[in-house]
Amino acid sequence: MSVKYTEDHEWVSIDGDVATFGITDHAQEQLGELVFVELPDVGSQVEKGGEAAVVESVKAASDVYAPVSGEVTETNEALSSEPTKVNEEPETGGWLVKIKMSDQSELDGMLDADAYSKLIG
Amino acid sequence: MTESTENTLLKTPLNDLHVSLGGRMVEFAGYSMPVQYPSGIVTEHNHTREKAGLYDVSHMGQAWLKGENHEHVSSELEKLVPGDIAALAPGRTRYTQFTNQDGGILDDLMVTRLASSSEDGILYLVVNASRKTEDYQLMSDNLDSSIKLEKIEDRALLALQGPSSEKVVAGLCDGIEETAFMSSQTMMIGGIECWVSRSGYTGEDGFEISVKADEATALAEKLLAHEDVMACGLGARDSLRLEAGLCLYENDIDETTSPIEAGLIWSISKRRRAEGGFPGAARVQSEIANGVSRKRVGIKPDGRAPARAGTEITGVDGAVIGTLTSGGFGPSIEGPISMGYVPTEYSEAGTKLNLLVRGKALPATVTALPFIPNNFKR
Repeated sequence: MSVKYTEDHEWVSIDGDVATFGITDHAQEQLGELVFVELPDVGSQVEKGGEAAVVESVKAASDVYAPVSGEVTETNEALSSEPTKVNEEPETGGWLVKIKMSDQSELDGMLDADAYSKLIG
Repeated sequence: MTESTENTLLKTPLNDLHVSLGGRMVEFAGYSMPVQYPSGIVTEHNHTREKAGLYDVSHMGQAWLKGENHEHVSSELEKLVPGDIAALAPGRTRYTQFTNQDGGILDDLMVTRLASSSEDGILYLVVNASRKTEDYQLMSDNLDSSIKLEKIEDRALLALQGPSSEKVVAGLCDGIEETAFMSSQTMMIGGIECWVSRSGYTGEDGFEISVKADEATALAEKLLAHEDVMACGLGARDSLRLEAGLCLYENDIDETTSPIEAGLIWSISKRRRAEGGFPGAARVQSEIANGVSRKRVGIKPDGRAPARAGTEITGVDGAVIGTLTSGGFGPSIEGPISMGYVPTEYSEAGTKLNLLVRGKALPATVTALPFIPNNFKR
């Protein structure tokens, strides 16, 4: 299992052909306390770079883009009643979506933890 | 925010304090303003409802309007607003709007008649930051040349809002307990001369305090020194006013909406309704007599998803009937809330509607405003 990061401030944890993703600690800090999380339907197809979820703070709604293409196999149901889990545990319990990847080469070029830390300075 | 725009933004006298407190600075009406501090919007909002929040509203326009006496200055200002300025007693504050010839709203403002008889004929105005240039031009163009408009550019404006506000100010000055809601007076707070109006934009008791720019930081620090006071940003100010059902200019009221459609008829006295004499009086009087075809209402989504300004409103049959003018999440409501204009036949509290959010029709219910009861000083 390895964790990669995107320039859109998402983390992606890879286990075989399943990618679990969420937003980074830096991203949740920028957004502020979340009040609502909208997740895709299980079984739906997502495209890398396409809208996969929406996270909303008091002030604004922000799109979360799919870091990889594939089929949504599971979403984090707990977030519907407890959206602040994303703020409290962004890179563990606050995960958003699991995707069965259709093209693992999409992982090439993602950032490792060091490169991501440099990106956010 | 890029560095080039950052450099062109205006800064309030409290700018250094915002930065030192960790304020997240954003552009608002040409000013660099804190949208929140590290505690976050929800915490700042709740703190204001429970104790007290301190807000910098120095970007708003402060001005004097000076005439020979109250009758003179009030009759002139009444040429531009439907509010009853003539009936304003010394030391009292009133909310009104600048209207256009079509009965739309050019801005909303607070008007205070100065308390002392030696200052008779002087009104103190507070207008929106985004509209101050237009408002000042409107008054220069339309008021008699014997009326003097003086912009006040050497003062900051702070808002202390929340149930602890009186206690906090009482620790720094004498006599605050006796001041009434929508009254205004000059007071020494912690040794600093302030113009204090018991009013606000949150639905809570509180004060708007005008202070010389070079004493603003010292005053803010004295207020923040009280354990009940938290520095709060524009984010919490917006969620508080939305819960309180208050209009934000350019969102909920604008040049197309009349004061009657906006539900502001309470701000127009019987005399002004009957006499008219303000721009667009014909429309306003006709709407009072015959009713309006659309009204501003509170709309509460039935689910958890917030619906933002610009969201289309449909009837349960799917036909588009209006647009949300404000919308977000109410931390005290612990749920999404919004406002918008709907045809009068849909304006009854309890009416079912749909809101089109990201292509989905989300059920919602027309709800009486304010969403939470006002907590003003009686």
